[in-house]
Amino acid sequence: MSSILFLQSVVGLIVVLYPANGNSAVAESGKAALAKSKNQSSLKKDGPPVTSEVTIDKKSGNRPPEKERKKDAPPQRMQFDDQNRVGKAKRRALVNQTEAKNRVELFRHLPQYDHGSQLPNLESKLFQLDSVHPAVFKVGLRYMAGDISGVNARCTEMLRALQEAIIDYSTPPEKVLIRELTAKISSYISFINECRPLSISMGNAIRFVKRRIAKLPLSHTDVEAKTALCSDIDRFINEKIIIADKVIVGHASTKVRDGDVLLTYGLSCVVEMILLSAHDVGKKFRVVVVDSRPKLESQALLNRLIAKGLSCTYTHINAVSYIMHEVTKVFLGASAVLSNGTVLSRVGTACIAMVAHAFSVPVLICCEAFKFHERVLLDSICCNEIGDPGALATVPGRMDINYLENWTNEENLQLLNLMYDVTPSDYVSVIVTDHGMIPPTSVPVIVREYGQEHYLI
Amino acid sequence: MPDVHTLVNEFLNQLKKRKIEGSQATAKQAAELLRSVISQQRLPQTHQATALISAVRAVGEKLIAANPVELAVGNIVRRVLHIIREEDLSLATAAIDGLELSAVSDDEDDVERDDYPVLSAAAVAAAARSTLRPPSLQTLLEDTPISAAIPHTSSSGGDSEGKSRSVDKSSRGRKLKHDVIEAVNELIQDISTCYEQIAEQAVEHIHQNEVILTLGSSKTVLEFLCAAKEKKRSFKVFVAEGAPRYQGHLLAKELAARGLQTTVITDSAVFAMISRVNMVIVGAHAVMANGGVIAPVGLNMVALAAQRHAVPFVVLAGSHKLCPLYPHNPEVLLNELRSPSELLDFGEFSDCMDSASGGSLHVVNPTFDYVPPKLVSLFITDTGGHNPSYMYRLIADYYSADDLVVKRRPATTS
Repeated sequence: MSSILFLQSVVGLIVVLYPANGNSAVAESGKAALAKSKNQSSLKKDGPPVTSEVTIDKKSGNRPPEKERKKDAPPQRMQFDDQNRVGKAKRRALVNQTEAKNRVELFRHLPQYDHGSQLPNLESKLFQLDSVHPAVFKVGLRYMAGDISGVNARCTEMLRALQEAIIDYSTPPEKVLIRELTAKISSYISFINECRPLSISMGNAIRFVKRRIAKLPLSHTDVEAKTALCSDIDRFINEKIIIADKVIVGHASTKVRDGDVLLTYGLSCVVEMILLSAHDVGKKFRVVVVDSRPKLESQALLNRLIAKGLSCTYTHINAVSYIMHEVTKVFLGASAVLSNGTVLSRVGTACIAMVAHAFSVPVLICCEAFKFHERVLLDSICCNEIGDPGALATVPGRMDINYLENWTNEENLQLLNLMYDVTPSDYVSVIVTDHGMIPPTSVPVIVREYGQEHYLI
Repeated sequence: MPDVHTLVNEFLNQLKKRKIEGSQATAKQAAELLRSVISQQRLPQTHQATALISAVRAVGEKLIAANPVELAVGNIVRRVLHIIREEDLSLATAAIDGLELSAVSDDEDDVERDDYPVLSAAAVAAAARSTLRPPSLQTLLEDTPISAAIPHTSSSGGDSEGKSRSVDKSSRGRKLKHDVIEAVNELIQDISTCYEQIAEQAVEHIHQNEVILTLGSSKTVLEFLCAAKEKKRSFKVFVAEGAPRYQGHLLAKELAARGLQTTVITDSAVFAMISRVNMVIVGAHAVMANGGVIAPVGLNMVALAAQRHAVPFVVLAGSHKLCPLYPHNPEVLLNELRSPSELLDFGEFSDCMDSASGGSLHVVNPTFDYVPPKLVSLFITDTGGHNPSYMYRLIADYYSADDLVVKRRPATTS
């Protein structure tokens, strides 16, 4: 019942805003993913859209009003300390996550679930859930299991799944393709979000898809619309991810010189490509691979680099001060780059950048332009993702470290497994993107100038 | 003495094999060992202090060489040497005060001090003044004429007094040993109770509803936080794990068991969390003379983050951790690299280690980190709270300048 209300308000909104398509798609994506209270959101819709209609056509960077902007934001905006909304979201949810015991107080505004508990449950539902397309379901499951990690991979997989869903989609009679399809996509996205919270830059990709849908001419038949959408998505993946990576590698390889000692952290596919291509060209350099718990992702990178013949040094993040005096450059990847120049990346990146700054070592962030976002963040607490706390309690390969075996029984003890952290812009020397090498202060310029254009091709 | 030798060898073995953990345990054992060495040392009639000093030096040199990175051992050796010198001097002043005739105190004989008045009580008193107290204009003026013409025949001077002095001297000798052993007992007592004295100051620094960050585990920090808890201050603690030893897990478990709200975070999350932290409290492995800290690995990163967010960085250290040496290139010279197996499984990477394609792998696993004095806000020791710039003054209380190098010189006089 509540979903019908929801859809109706959505429909009403589209009718009002038909000339101003971009914004409504944006608003919808925000609403759907937020799973906010329906009545409240429909009330809000009446106010801002009127003004935004006026401003949306000017490309002069007049920001849409507050509420609209908030709905551009990634779905993590659901405030989990608001009991009302949490309750309503739970009732609509397809995936019933159980909340973790021993939640950390400071992060009550973020979801802290018992990880892994829903996986078998969902797996059994594979053939029963008909509200969710099987491809999307699979992607959601893989997210939950932690198979896919890294923004590029997650984004690509999600877009491919959406492609499949679009191909299989057929409009019910008496309904308009655009609205129906957008609603369906929104529900898929909220499912994926429940499996694992979306990252900020994935919001950009979703926004792109929704804008393309909204821009479809009404005269297209289903088949034409679907092929157009699929080719758009293909093009997005190609241009924004694959080719962008090649351009970035081209730019960044010029910065690697003979005799360099390069430090990298975590598992960034772009940085790996840079190192391998510089090695292929024949430059002589060393790599320092820094790793941290609990994921220990850099070991995979280490394996691949050594197999290709680079000489590497492996250490853990605590020893960064020890090793930094030998390092000449630091290459880091990013999950998203925000408008105030801060870099959202794997937790620990901020520490590395800080120590590099203290030793006057330049820090190069390599990321594609689609990861730029107009949101701003000052610290890592307001927007983050909390991973599985149980991963902290055990150390793989070290049986003697078992002090925290029964940590759930201790009521005063919590384990906190943050996934992301925010690096302030003064620690970053340059950001290497497919638009070139830019200082962190130029990020809002790129967001403004290229954000609208490219998406409206 | 055979039993002393066996004791010394046992301790040396333990140090070499790194069987003893923690500077407090090491310091205590070193002090007890030196106490046995002293008590079993047979002292000659004259120059007791010199004999004691050279005996302690001999043992101390071996101890320091066994584990140069464990600075507490060297600290204790130097403390004991300083104690010997001090007791010697105080006995000498007592003897001088009690003497009517011009007397020479053999115990004042020090190989290093060449300007050494022998014959007149006034000269002896002047020398005593100059060694026990900081130089004043008077002593500076008096020093020059005295040092010019003093024959360095202390022993002959002693013998010339006659046998009446020999009784005094032997009793003085026994008294010296007794005094030194008493003082060393006090030192051991101090080492054992340093936690309580530091913890007493906890209430002054922790108020209500604070958030405290620490890394790894330190008994001093544990006692400190629990003392504040006893005084009904409510606060939360974030404990960073402290890879690769993960002592932070232990500390967190302890703190939670004692009723404090504790959260365990990974070391990589320190920068993320420190914006919400009010104070960083850590223990140290050693404190150097310039106020720099040798701390478990990862603390330099924490100190930099604390500086960035203007969070006070407080170091708790017992006075046995204060080392009179200045750190030159501390990352290399005062550091130890541990086994790579703590970071990487040998099995996984053994084929990478000697791969034919030319890739090579080094694993770096340092134990300690050096935190420069400008990043430290406060040192809390058992004598109170101090600035890093003040630490060098504390050295004068505990150590003598002559003991900085604990290597035996080739014997010139004895």
